[in-house]
Amino acid sequence: MMNIVITGLFTASFIFAAVTGHMTDISSACVTSAGTAVTLIITLAGIICLWSGLMRVCTAAGVTKKISALLKPLLTRLFSGIDPQGEALGFISLNLTANMLGLGNASTPLGIKAMQALEKEEGIYQGGHGWSPSQPSPNMLLLTVLNTASLQILPTTVAALRLKHGSAAPMEILPCVWAVSAVSVTLTVIFTKAWCKK
Amino acid sequence: MRLSDWFIPLIVAGLCTYALYKHVAVFEEFTLGVKEGLRTCLDIFPSLFVLVVAVGMFSASGGLAFIEVATRPLAERFGFPRELTPLLFLRPFSGSGATALFENILTDSGADSFAGRLASVMLGSSETTFYTIAVYFAATKVKKTGRALPPAIFGDICGFILSVTAVRLFFG
Repeated sequence: MMNIVITGLFTASFIFAAVTGHMTDISSACVTSAGTAVTLIITLAGIICLWSGLMRVCTAAGVTKKISALLKPLLTRLFSGIDPQGEALGFISLNLTANMLGLGNASTPLGIKAMQALEKEEGIYQGGHGWSPSQPSPNMLLLTVLNTASLQILPTTVAALRLKHGSAAPMEILPCVWAVSAVSVTLTVIFTKAWCKK
Repeated sequence: MRLSDWFIPLIVAGLCTYALYKHVAVFEEFTLGVKEGLRTCLDIFPSLFVLVVAVGMFSASGGLAFIEVATRPLAERFGFPRELTPLLFLRPFSGSGATALFENILTDSGADSFAGRLASVMLGSSETTFYTIAVYFAATKVKKTGRALPPAIFGDICGFILSVTAVRLFFG
């Protein structure tokens, strides 16, 4: 599917550029975005290394266990068959907590860690039960989907931009965002569960 | 408002102090984590690269303007502000692109207009779906990442439709 998305983007860019006369633009965009991608990974590298380091300290000090103990009742129900004492549950707890607090920079490295831990764990749990390693397990799908949906409690970037553009009440959108997030996350989790059974 | 300014320094200082109290080799653990982080960067870079180039080219191609024109009748029918349709398509691909578009909308329509509020709620209740999928799976051996797309896109569509409903409901 990613193959189709990427090819689709390239082909659509070419066709649109041909029709609208933006060929020079996309020709240079092709090269500049390659540079942008390198700049982006360097910025990200700093952030990922920082959180990855802090996370190891966090785990070594037993803090990860404490946070995951708090979220365990909910998460063991959501992520069926997950090891309640395992590494994966710890990382998932940290990832979702960072998401809710709006620490976007922290949640990505934590989520990646959680994915790797899930892969390690589910390989043991579901090996030989029809799961090939090339296919994501239901729990990996669920974690990804929870991350593509927004769990953020305070959308600070949006609020800051609203303030900058002269909003009288930058935070007035909060109840709206909460309602939308709560309903759409619930629906998405239900959809994902059904999708995995298929 | 800038509560987030406090979070990170507090977490860094607090965590290290607590870890030291728990007799953790703070420096050693930290550096080991940094090493793991570097490896993760190498793992995710190829996917990130391809996605950034593809989105960069698409943004420059005038495709978004074309989508805005093409979907105008449909948007008008549902009372959806047409200047927001590019946001629907860009948001799942690019965080910075969507933010730039969002700023344009706020400048053109005003932050407290229907379009401005709707764009705020849409942005506040969604994430960069494709970027997340590409990056999360790149660090694993999973190849069939496409299985994550239908539920993720379902979530985005739900969020966008609900945003329209909610903004109408809350702000009339």
